[in-house]
Amino acid sequence: MPTDVTIDAPRGDTVRGKSRAHQQDAWFRVLCFSAAMVLMATLAGLIVSLAIGGWPALSKFGLGFFTSSEWNPVTDNYGAAGPIIGTLVTAFLAMVIALPLAVGISVFLVEFCPAWIARPVGMAVELLAGIPSIVYGMWGLFVLAPWFAAHVQVPIMMHAAPGSFMDRWFSGVPNGANIFTASLILAIMVLPYIATVFRELLLSIPPYLREAAYGMGATPYEVVGNIMLPYIKRSAIGAVMLGLGRALGETMAVTFIIGNSHDLPNSLFASGSTIASTIANEFTEATGDMHISALIALGFVLFLITFVVLAAARLLIGRERV
Amino acid sequence: MIFNESQALTETVMHAPPPEERVLDVRGLDFFYGKNQALYGVDLPVARNQITALIGPSGCGKSTLLRTLNRIYDLYPGQRAAGEILFNGENLLGTGDGGGGDLARLRSRIGMVFQRPTPFPMSIYDNIAFGVRLQRNVGKAEMNEIVERSLTRAALWDEVKDKLDKSGLGLSGGQQQRLCVARGIAVEPEILLLDEPASALDPLSTAKLETALVELKSSLTIVIVTHNLQQAARISDHTGFMLLGRLVEFRPSSEAFLKPETQAMRDYVTGRYG
Amino acid sequence: MALTVPGLSRHARRKLANYIIVGLATLATLIAVAALVMILASLVINGLGGINLHLFTMDQPPPGEPGGMRNALVGSLIMCGGGMLLAVVIGILSGTWLAEYGDGSRLAAVVRFLNDVLLSAPSILIGLFVYEMVVRPFHGFSALAGAVALAFLATPVVTRTTEDILRLQPNALREAGMALGAGKGHVIRSVIWRASGSGLMTGGLLGFARISGETAPLLFTSLGNPFLSFKLNQPMASLPTTIFQFALSAYDDWRQLAWAGALIIAIAVLSANIIGRALARGSKNT
Repeated sequence: MPTDVTIDAPRGDTVRGKSRAHQQDAWFRVLCFSAAMVLMATLAGLIVSLAIGGWPALSKFGLGFFTSSEWNPVTDNYGAAGPIIGTLVTAFLAMVIALPLAVGISVFLVEFCPAWIARPVGMAVELLAGIPSIVYGMWGLFVLAPWFAAHVQVPIMMHAAPGSFMDRWFSGVPNGANIFTASLILAIMVLPYIATVFRELLLSIPPYLREAAYGMGATPYEVVGNIMLPYIKRSAIGAVMLGLGRALGETMAVTFIIGNSHDLPNSLFASGSTIASTIANEFTEATGDMHISALIALGFVLFLITFVVLAAARLLIGRERV
Repeated sequence: MIFNESQALTETVMHAPPPEERVLDVRGLDFFYGKNQALYGVDLPVARNQITALIGPSGCGKSTLLRTLNRIYDLYPGQRAAGEILFNGENLLGTGDGGGGDLARLRSRIGMVFQRPTPFPMSIYDNIAFGVRLQRNVGKAEMNEIVERSLTRAALWDEVKDKLDKSGLGLSGGQQQRLCVARGIAVEPEILLLDEPASALDPLSTAKLETALVELKSSLTIVIVTHNLQQAARISDHTGFMLLGRLVEFRPSSEAFLKPETQAMRDYVTGRYG
Repeated sequence: MALTVPGLSRHARRKLANYIIVGLATLATLIAVAALVMILASLVINGLGGINLHLFTMDQPPPGEPGGMRNALVGSLIMCGGGMLLAVVIGILSGTWLAEYGDGSRLAAVVRFLNDVLLSAPSILIGLFVYEMVVRPFHGFSALAGAVALAFLATPVVTRTTEDILRLQPNALREAGMALGAGKGHVIRSVIWRASGSGLMTGGLLGFARISGETAPLLFTSLGNPFLSFKLNQPMASLPTTIFQFALSAYDDWRQLAWAGALIIAIAVLSANIIGRALARGSKNT
């Protein structure tokens, strides 16, 4: 703390002190402002550098970059349909799995369970959010994938008739590393974020509204379903978008378990890739300029998608929430 | 010190209506917020098809007493009541919460209107239909009829009949409160509890609400908590005066305000306390 | 009253529906808790065996030989420390600007919004950005680039927490300081910041929790290094990237090291989270 600025100096000789203090304040203000601008510049720099770095690939392959699924460093041809579709599919599936669970958890914690359970369980859900993604990845690769291969994929392979519905949508190399298990891991990862925001939203509902609904003779389920969930609908959609944004950009956990194939996935249990996993896998080993540019272009696409989703989430949720 | 506290607490006066007229009979009710006791051995007889008013200074326990009558306090862990609340002879405090189902049934028979207007975030029509739909399946025509009848009885029909599909939140405070009354009576409860329903309303809205309440008397029983003595005197048949968690004086309203018997109520009515 | 229908009464059906929904919500919660328990259990079961003195005293071994993760631990500490240093300075200053100076202005709204977006932006993109800004121009992967990437990740967290915490301080405190004749900046530094001490700590801890497990942005900024290194302009190992490399390897002893490393990271991140949240609760209650 600066001690040279005396705020209780005698009236007579404050001119110098005051102006110095004044000057310090001005500098401090500029300093704070500059820091805020650094933040803005970061995002601007992010966009610009990704756009510039990705431009060679985008201009060379044009629309084909998005429509072709031929990703071949040997021939230096890059079509990113595989990773892009993989990103969208895994994130979407993750949300489909996570959303009902998040609703259930938040409603359970706020409305259905005794207070002495809500605290520790709420903590546990928040802890889930704190586990680093590389840990999720290792757990997925060494625990979930082998289990999934042995208990889900192999039985399906043994029993599904060729050409049947099961064979069509649930076939794949039985190693547990595929689009579906990646989505499952993603779902567990985004679940705590969504559930925590849901919970806070439910807790923010004015108590008199809740009392009024119970006062009408509604059961807890009817109060939650008819009054409380509709009340938080808008912000809840925001929370879902926030989770979606995280699922789209999640890298390490997915890289471990998605199987890393650039082909367009043809079944739920087929291996695939996402934008983030492709970049993580190939960037350090990419030698050709075009390969690097294609990877940065992928990053640019990911940025655009997540920016739109996250911006929408923030606008829907409003300022008060996480 | 304006009155002698120990005297106020020992001296109680009860002029209760005869037992056969009582729809609700509270006996020896204690209430606790965690470790803090808020009610001490309260007796409250509520006569059928009459208006019973509860008055007393802030913090005397009148709202707490009201909130035990439909067990709304059950929503909050740590709050509990002991004693008897006989509703048509059955002790409300004896039943478990039955997974929420039994309390739901109780609350559909004993409705409640709160201090703040609490319209649900839906249309005026749906606000009223909400409670009815919980109880039974109702055809469109019958529901229209219920909505109109409830709003009419709550003296709100003329003001909202052209905008039933608009949100209930768009109404004025006084209209919202009458909507809550209409919503409460749409399910045809036997008793309606009102917790200072007019405290946030202007005089005109208050007058409309009071008129509606008096007319409702023919079909249901009303218990109203109010800090407005004139209001209690205007509309109620019986008045209970509470102080420090005890019911001190209970009498027909016609006499209670003219000649309070206890020193405590005399002080309160003459504005020397509270 | 309740309509009587064949089979169940309406009342019984409503009660049943309520039980079913409560049951489903309980099930959802059990699933989440079970996931947490399974992940933590496999982490402890697989990782505990690899925790010994060698882990902290020896560097990354060739496959089949004894070794540890000293180089990665040291690298992580250096880069996280450097990243946090940058992030705390920028984050607290910008959070202060948002809460105290920019309040109400359109520019502040924009900065706040962009900060919120950065808060959840994919970390791998930050890695690409730093690669373009630092690695490519200086022709090489370096610990410095890694620290910068981590700083970009932690700054939004610190900024957000700082702003939230400063806003909790009552205006009376500011007015009291100003009434003594102190300038606004002086009041902020010597009164507001001091009163928010534990809250600012929270921001730092949450920022640390955010970056200490991060792998993606380090992959192509600091790269990795099998040897112990303290040079900021050279590639440097980090715990997460080493775990990534070891976990995907075919060697059992490397995988064992990866599990042990993952356990260490998880403990560090979870305790930073828990302490941070506890501090935040404490400062909100007073």
